[in-house]
Amino acid sequence: MSMPISGVSTLGPPGQEPATSPAAGQSVPPATHALARMARAVRSNRKATAGTVLLVVFILVSLFPGVIAHDSPSADAYTPRLGPSTAHLLGTTAYGQDMFAQLVWGTRNVLIIAFVAGLATTGIAVLVGVAAAYLGGLWDGSLSVLTDVLLVIPLFPLLIVIAGYAHGGSTLVLILVITLTSWSYTARQLRSQALSLRNRDFLEAARVRGERRLYIIVVEVIPTMISLIVASFLTNALYAVLFASSLQYIGLGDPNSESWGTMLYWAQNNAALQTGQPLWALAPGACIAALGAAFALLNYAFDEIGNPALRPVRRARVKRAR
Amino acid sequence: MTDQATGTPDGSGGTPRREDVPSPNGSPPLLTTTRLTRHFHIGGGLSRRTLHAVDDVSLAIGEREIVALAGESGSGKSTIARLLAKVYKPTSGEIYFQGTPLSSIRSRRETLRYTGLVPMVFQDPFSSINPVFRVSHGILRGLKLHRPELSKDQRLQEAARVFETVGLTPAAEVLKRFPHELSGGQRQRVGFAQALALRPKLILADEPVSMLDVSIRIGLLNLMAGLRDAEGVSILYITHDIASARYVADRLIVMYAGHIAESGPVEDVLASPKHPYTQLLLSAVPDPRAPLDVTAETDRGEPPRVVDPAPGCRFRWRCPLAIDTCHQVTPELRDLLPGHHVACHVAQAGADVRAFG
Amino acid sequence: MLAVHDLSVAYATDRGAVAAVDRVSFDLHPGEFLGIVGESGCGKSTLLFAIAQLLAPPADITSGSVVFKGESMVGLTDKQLTAVRWRDLSVVMQSAMNALNPVKSIGAQFKDAMRAHGVRSADEIGERSAEVLSMVSIDPVHLKSYPHQLSGGMRQRSMIAMALLFTPDLVIMDEPTSALDVVAQRSLMVQIKELQQQLGFAIIFVTHDMSLVSHFSHRLMVMYAGQVAEWGATRQVFDTPRHPYSIGLMEAFPSIRGARVPLTGIPGRPPDLSGPQEGCWFAPRCPKVMPACTQTEPDLYQVDGVAVRCLLHADRSDHSD
Repeated sequence: MSMPISGVSTLGPPGQEPATSPAAGQSVPPATHALARMARAVRSNRKATAGTVLLVVFILVSLFPGVIAHDSPSADAYTPRLGPSTAHLLGTTAYGQDMFAQLVWGTRNVLIIAFVAGLATTGIAVLVGVAAAYLGGLWDGSLSVLTDVLLVIPLFPLLIVIAGYAHGGSTLVLILVITLTSWSYTARQLRSQALSLRNRDFLEAARVRGERRLYIIVVEVIPTMISLIVASFLTNALYAVLFASSLQYIGLGDPNSESWGTMLYWAQNNAALQTGQPLWALAPGACIAALGAAFALLNYAFDEIGNPALRPVRRARVKRAR
Repeated sequence: MTDQATGTPDGSGGTPRREDVPSPNGSPPLLTTTRLTRHFHIGGGLSRRTLHAVDDVSLAIGEREIVALAGESGSGKSTIARLLAKVYKPTSGEIYFQGTPLSSIRSRRETLRYTGLVPMVFQDPFSSINPVFRVSHGILRGLKLHRPELSKDQRLQEAARVFETVGLTPAAEVLKRFPHELSGGQRQRVGFAQALALRPKLILADEPVSMLDVSIRIGLLNLMAGLRDAEGVSILYITHDIASARYVADRLIVMYAGHIAESGPVEDVLASPKHPYTQLLLSAVPDPRAPLDVTAETDRGEPPRVVDPAPGCRFRWRCPLAIDTCHQVTPELRDLLPGHHVACHVAQAGADVRAFG
Repeated sequence: MLAVHDLSVAYATDRGAVAAVDRVSFDLHPGEFLGIVGESGCGKSTLLFAIAQLLAPPADITSGSVVFKGESMVGLTDKQLTAVRWRDLSVVMQSAMNALNPVKSIGAQFKDAMRAHGVRSADEIGERSAEVLSMVSIDPVHLKSYPHQLSGGMRQRSMIAMALLFTPDLVIMDEPTSALDVVAQRSLMVQIKELQQQLGFAIIFVTHDMSLVSHFSHRLMVMYAGQVAEWGATRQVFDTPRHPYSIGLMEAFPSIRGARVPLTGIPGRPPDLSGPQEGCWFAPRCPKVMPACTQTEPDLYQVDGVAVRCLLHADRSDHSD
């Protein structure tokens, strides 16, 4: 399983000064400046726009599920195996539950897993990867060994084993399991990036100034790696969605929770595709794909925004001489 | 302190007279080094090869003076800066600052005190300031660490004061800017301001103007001279550009392949260079105002990478005046004239050295 | 041999088109050494790229012509350009470490270049490669070396050797000595001049270091803000610079000979080309600025055979351009 290579971009303008410099007197913090640039970039970059729109839709759905789906997802109060109709937009399951409601309410579970696992994974990876790079020596050695061991172990079987031990789990268990097995990849990437930044003069200046190492790592190094960290977060969120849904699909999640993965599990159990209820499998599957695509699109867009060399080449808007 | 000889069996007992020259105003030198040596282990785990970056360098820097340390890349000048900044530890030899040997500075507090008195300014204006913070960040942090007695307001005031001193005005406004909003020259001034805020005695400037446009360099060089005159700070100005060294420095030290070749008052060294390498450097400097003089007899050699060297003068391969002694005995730095030292057998033998140009 | 007329290059930015090169004209005769001097942001590298047709979006030539050996270069297809590149015109980039492939030996890169331009015979390739390396005083044994094994000076010289593989008529060099120490710089310059006298090619040499070209170039062009500030015979431009920027640039070099005098450099910084142009670009930094300078854009005026873009010389010109 290969991850998209993300966020590896060079920081700042090397060497020559730009010929166009901002007007004097405008002091804009990089954070606000970056946000404004991002907003502009999102609007102009098609991938970013698409990804953002999708993600926002899902977030809204997860925040206000009751507004969109009026039926209760768990109540098996309806006639089973109905096809799509105005009363039940996607029909009903074999247990008489409204599929659309299940889908809508399930969004919350998936998004929570995506964001929490994504953040936790990235957080651990940042600490381990950057510390290893900056501290070097024995620290680097031991942290790298730890990272590599986890990298080498096949991810999915490991997930299954751990989840099995945890006797199938609640959302929390899923998040823990995914975080524990996924941080090593990002840690490796961040370590490489931090290594390449290690000899930048401002870090040496901080050392010479007398700063402690922890301070340098947290305050001086990590903020300059934000673009890679955000890109890693997006990747990890994407994979959290896929892993969680996969685990739930094979029955290692909580079968009674509302989630797309569990919908797939139940659909599989009832041989949905073979018994003429394709939507039961296809709908959650499509949602998983769509959310995954949202994260992936944002990831590519982020790369392009951060690293202009990756931008799609548009036709020169300059009038050419003939 | 045992004087570990690093392979120079020239038989001369005791230390020959070298750079313990008192400063122009007669006070004892601020910083001296005694046979300072730094080797690097190269070639992987099992290799026993060592790169001799700096060998047996004894120099002195006085109060209120600018000493230029000139040489090509690989001469060891940047290594010396880092040795003096306590980034590297010497392989052998000692550094004395205000009489105290650096090896005795061990605690964090003492080290902080030293790095506040001897801060460093870096070469690359584009990577020497953290891009995500305002330019005040480095100074305020430096003040917090080195002058903890100051309150927050006092720190801001001090930051504004040093910004004004280096010519970044109006200070309050520039302090709020981000590095990408400043030009290369302004960023280098920020570097000097950061050093100045610590109330240093000696600033180690590692090629501070090499990456700036020519028309901006003069401003920075004038700033350095101003700091010496107005703030009483000494500066070790490391450069490969002899012309700028002449413009701003009081004394000049020329390094070659880890050794000092020649040193002395800058006008003396440039007017009558005694070491063939110094002459080579001078002949290579293009001067638009000098008459057209293109000779085909130009040295095509390269400075060596000094790995496990044998004794002998390291310039002997490129020197048209090399004699047998040069291949066998490493020359020591000796006075030829008061204050003007040369490490060259031929020059020390009294010959009038005219090797290049 | 090369006639550049009214060449302009613009970059498409968020804020509209920015003219990086503005109506530059010059001509170059066979065997001539032309020095182009300017600081960062003046457009000299962009000009080079435009001449060599190496511009990539968002930069493009917006007006003017580049005529090389009678043929217009602008608008040629890649295929047509290939015939010209390296055989008649070659380019030496600024930093050899960036331009050379770090995972290929020098010899392999020479081979690539020769095969790309039609030479197939291994013997011919080997012979020519050894020949050009000797021309730049590198032992041909280094054909097997990798770039990181060579010193900075040697890398730069091997770049020049590569540019000479087909003995072109014109070699364009973009700051080839900026990463070198002063001694290596000197020996490289002498080498280049020798090769030029031997092989007879023309050179366009771009640098920010005026003193470097002063002894080697026939004619000199000083650029500022994408425009030609001063342009004429090297000795004339050096002995009597007329544009205040040229004067400032000359005076910004401390000398190692002669008296030690305090210098002032040029205050301020290069202009923001995306903003509106108000008269002369140099006016904000000019010690001789007059009220007219912020209102009228100066043309190139001819004074004693040197072209100067400065209103100070408007009335004294032989004829306006």
